[in-house]
Amino acid sequence: MASGESGKKKKGTIKNIISVIGNEFRDIGTTLVRGDWKTKLSYLILGFGQIMRGKFLKGIAFLAVEAAFIVYMIKVGAAYLAKFGTLGTVETVKQGRKTVYGDNSFLILLFGLLTIVFIAFFILVWRMNIKDNAKDEAVLKAGKKLPTNGEDFKSLFDHNFDKTLLALPVLGIFVFTVLPILFMICVAFTNYDKNHQSPTNLFTWVGFENFKNLLSLGGSGFGTTFFSVLLWTLVWALFATFTTYFLGMAVAMLINKKGIRLKKLWRTILVLTIAVPQFVSLLYVSKLFANDGLINALLLRWGWIDKAIPFWTNPGLARVTIVVINIWIGIPYMMLIATGLLMNIPADLYESARIDGANGWQMFSHITLPYMLFVTGPYLLTQFTGNLNNFNVIYLLSGGGPQSMELAGNAGRTDLLITWLYKLTVNDTNYRMAAVIGIMVFIVTAIISLVVYNILPSVKDEEGFQ
Amino acid sequence: MAKNTEKKTVSMKRRQRVGNFFSYLLLIVLSIIWLFPFFGIVMQSFRSYQTEFGGMVNYVIPKQFSLDNYKFLFSGETNFLKWYMNTLIIAAAVAVLQTIIIICTSYALSRMRFKGRNFLMRFWLILGMFPGFLTMICLYFLLKTIGLTQQGAIPGLILVSVASSGMGYYVCKGYMDTVPKALDEAARIDGASRARILFTMMLPMAKPIIIYTALVSFMAPWCDYIFASYIAFGHDSSYNVAVALYRWMKVNDYQGFFTRFCAGGVLVAIPVTALFMSLQKYYVEGVTGGAVKG
Repeated sequence: MASGESGKKKKGTIKNIISVIGNEFRDIGTTLVRGDWKTKLSYLILGFGQIMRGKFLKGIAFLAVEAAFIVYMIKVGAAYLAKFGTLGTVETVKQGRKTVYGDNSFLILLFGLLTIVFIAFFILVWRMNIKDNAKDEAVLKAGKKLPTNGEDFKSLFDHNFDKTLLALPVLGIFVFTVLPILFMICVAFTNYDKNHQSPTNLFTWVGFENFKNLLSLGGSGFGTTFFSVLLWTLVWALFATFTTYFLGMAVAMLINKKGIRLKKLWRTILVLTIAVPQFVSLLYVSKLFANDGLINALLLRWGWIDKAIPFWTNPGLARVTIVVINIWIGIPYMMLIATGLLMNIPADLYESARIDGANGWQMFSHITLPYMLFVTGPYLLTQFTGNLNNFNVIYLLSGGGPQSMELAGNAGRTDLLITWLYKLTVNDTNYRMAAVIGIMVFIVTAIISLVVYNILPSVKDEEGFQ
Repeated sequence: MAKNTEKKTVSMKRRQRVGNFFSYLLLIVLSIIWLFPFFGIVMQSFRSYQTEFGGMVNYVIPKQFSLDNYKFLFSGETNFLKWYMNTLIIAAAVAVLQTIIIICTSYALSRMRFKGRNFLMRFWLILGMFPGFLTMICLYFLLKTIGLTQQGAIPGLILVSVASSGMGYYVCKGYMDTVPKALDEAARIDGASRARILFTMMLPMAKPIIIYTALVSFMAPWCDYIFASYIAFGHDSSYNVAVALYRWMKVNDYQGFFTRFCAGGVLVAIPVTALFMSLQKYYVEGVTGGAVKG
């Protein structure tokens, strides 16, 4: 719900929204006063007006929504909604050998949310129904004909095709993304963890306690760990994005260079890291760098080192190793992108620069780089936010390790917020803190995206680089 | 004057040749770095399990080539074939369904102007900023209530991957935006409905991006470890290859399973890599277009 609100806020000021809502209410009122009896009855029985005016298809659809809503509210919704404020009060008790289950806080929270969303949805449908009635009335008054049922149906494949196309995607996203996110936002305000697992134990609302815990720097608080993980997440994203960006561009320029043959072969070799599933290549590489892995074993055998290099067990070295291996993974993507874009730069730009006596570096820093930065601005942003949440590379390579006693919640030295979130969910079943961290990840991503998006030259000035 | 330019071109040519020599050297070094892990994994998959060791050793090329590890995978001692089939089914189903959903979403957002269009796009953009794993527990219980975990993990995984795929419309919509609208208008004047335009005009024209979408959706499930392991929890025959092989490396005693992992990895990588390489052209088109439009 929070995300919905912030989405609307962008559109206009709060004042604007209030005036829109005011207009809606006024419209509902005037339609009720001025409408005929068919319209008036439609306020209670959805679709009544449409059916009476011969639009059976639409009318029955409206009526079906109302019927389904009422049945749902009576059978499921009302009961859950009533317990939503406490998330259940009846404890599960053991009577002898039998367990008598009480309230299930999880289901109460989930279905309570669903019910609230259904109510909002129903109000929306009700409003659409009124609007549709008023429109039909006006059309009839003007002496025109209403569209027939067949035309209504056909329009779903023509000027209402968007509704047909988007019905399934929107429903899917609602059930499997929006609802779970709303649920987890709520969980951040409860004490749902391993001591409060439904159905055997109840959990309940605790307000901002989890957020306080996350930011408290004292002994058992998550504060120090959170800030250290957050810092590493940002540092990692910065390094991962820019190392692959510049090195990828360099490799692309190297292969694009005049006189280099077998261009396709070089590209194909590099692209292998995209083609091979990451869990195969990254797991193998992580073992390659292990203390008993091939690299250490070979170096030991050749006598170059006396002791295995602790690639994964030394915190600092583990971080460097991850960034370096990420270059191996990331260069090919940037190379592919840069290859095409570099060819788009007009050759006469370089030609005239050369006549003016510019050297290679000057041409790169004055022509190539500004052009590339301009064109790939949005790509850099998505890469950066993608790296903030780059689960695979971290999890498959180091698993977030090495572990540290100084960090709370089983976090390791190379854990990103996202891998920490995963560990809290799966290993610790500390859902309350996982939810809070998830919200923090959202906030960090949103802030960075918003700030960077607004300073991107290609957004500000679409025609800028001509 | 003529002599002078000749001299100049000769010296330039030499400079270029020296430069090219270093470029080739660099490219060869890069190629070795890039290929070494793949070379290693193939070599180690052929190491004999019987006469040598199934774990970590300090040499790359096996002393005795054998198919022991591959035989083990097909011997039925583990569910490897089942895992492989699972992954293949998931990947194929996700590729088809996800592509359909993305085409629908992209066409609607690219060509139709309807109320709430901007709101929808902004809303989805914001939704995308929430980390995916945040919702894992909730999804798990949602799937559990309809019986799509453990035994039913495969349809469950397909459902979850496909359900939210509408949010990944960016690249496809960006491509459709480049198809001139005048074509649509001409067809509309001739009396074609929106649906007809999509099927007879847009789909053939958007073929490269459709192939790209299908390819990317097909490749993703091969790497899906996190959610797959969570909803198949403890049910061995519902694993996909990523979950199963990851467990060999991390949960089991990997010293005995390392070469077997390599063999399994090779078998997984071959079809995916072959498919990718044959459709590489479309992939490049997709990522380049997507990167520029953001």
